[in-house]
Amino acid sequence: MTEQIVVVGGGTGGAVLANDLADRLGPQIDAGEVAVTLVNDGPDHVYKPVWLYVPFGQREPEDGRRRLRDLVDDRVAVRVDRVTDIDTEAKQVRYHEAPDPIDYDHLVLATGSTLAPEEIPGLVAGGHNYYSESGAEALREELLSFTEGHLVLSVVGTPHMCPAAPLEFVFMADDWLRERGLREDVDITYTYPIQRVHGNPHIAEWAQPLMDERDIGTETLFNAESVDTDAGTVTSMEGTDLDYDLLVAIPPHRGIDLIAESGLGDDGWVDVDKHTLEAEAAEDVYALGDAAATGVPKAGSVAHYQAGVVGQRIASEVRGRPATATYDGKTLCFIETGMDAASFVEFDYEHPPSPAPPSEKLHWSKLAYNESYWLTARGLL
Amino acid sequence: MSETDIEPAKTVDARGSACPGPLMDLIGAVRSAESGAVVRLLSDNERSLTDVPEWIDETDNDLLATEEGDDHHAFYVEKA
Repeated sequence: MTEQIVVVGGGTGGAVLANDLADRLGPQIDAGEVAVTLVNDGPDHVYKPVWLYVPFGQREPEDGRRRLRDLVDDRVAVRVDRVTDIDTEAKQVRYHEAPDPIDYDHLVLATGSTLAPEEIPGLVAGGHNYYSESGAEALREELLSFTEGHLVLSVVGTPHMCPAAPLEFVFMADDWLRERGLREDVDITYTYPIQRVHGNPHIAEWAQPLMDERDIGTETLFNAESVDTDAGTVTSMEGTDLDYDLLVAIPPHRGIDLIAESGLGDDGWVDVDKHTLEAEAAEDVYALGDAAATGVPKAGSVAHYQAGVVGQRIASEVRGRPATATYDGKTLCFIETGMDAASFVEFDYEHPPSPAPPSEKLHWSKLAYNESYWLTARGLL
Repeated sequence: MSETDIEPAKTVDARGSACPGPLMDLIGAVRSAESGAVVRLLSDNERSLTDVPEWIDETDNDLLATEEGDDHHAFYVEKA
């Protein structure tokens, strides 16, 4: 009987895991004892960090796309389909394009984040974002014609992908506008939901002086509740009104509905043990990356490290051994501080981040990693 | 820790949450909660003892109770 491993979602976590499993369990797959299926709702793998550069004309959305089939080991079955139902009691998934449910022995949910701007009245019509391909392209067009006024970057959604990206955007916008001789005609305001400019106090304490030096205004304890597109105003839950000429928002995020429908967690995030990444509500189900409610950032590095843990655990289980690998919360982020400088942070559940001084070297390290990412997706780096 | 018998509609377990942090998790949960629902936040971050009341003061939501413990704290927030 072939042991079936099903990985749902072909983003960073799913692709790295599929390759990790093919590497660890290659002989068993070749012998027909194990099968690994990677299910994705489209043929492409998308590397989302590229989108930050699209509004500034430095990257194109297609730079972040590759065929999933080209990135994943041939021993992995890539299925372009949607999972429409998960029965964790019967250990079955149902595909949109298949008549009967499919049995699994091990299920991994790497279903990522989706955007829900419609949850904030007026935000769809009034707000731009760079958290989607279409959003980043539309924002690029808007920025090209934006020569004066008030640019507001508002972090609305919590949690959201890449907690560093809102800081990066305002730093890059400041630099980009200065280079184009427009900065004196553009005010920039950054809003954040809590008392600081970032959720992590160490990063906030590092970023605030940089923002002050660069004349980037900050509005903290600001949770956007509605956007009035006619008046050009965004209003917060705390009762503050802010006028804008160009609103760039980090929209609310949700996981996919299937997670809640399967009883695995709320809002599309799977409740997991933060160390083993096992689902709390079902046996033989793991979650990783954005889909896993671990309290660490929804970031590619997290999905990457978690994939190695889940791969090792499943390989142990297949071999009949106790799974011992655990995730320690490791997170790694480059943070752009302009168009030619960046910082870097690394932290885990026990050790807080300490941002490195911004440098050109770190900026080029980030760009170099974005290119070598394709080796990560292939399981090589 | 003084125990409360408040039954939360949702619990946000932010223990060990390094980034973006417990208050961010709480705000996200309150935002999606129904009016009148109680959200319980579990946090082992000492800053939550000041962060949470400060945010509540800025909103119409109510902090019904705070349970301070050795390992972690619990905050009960009722959405306005």
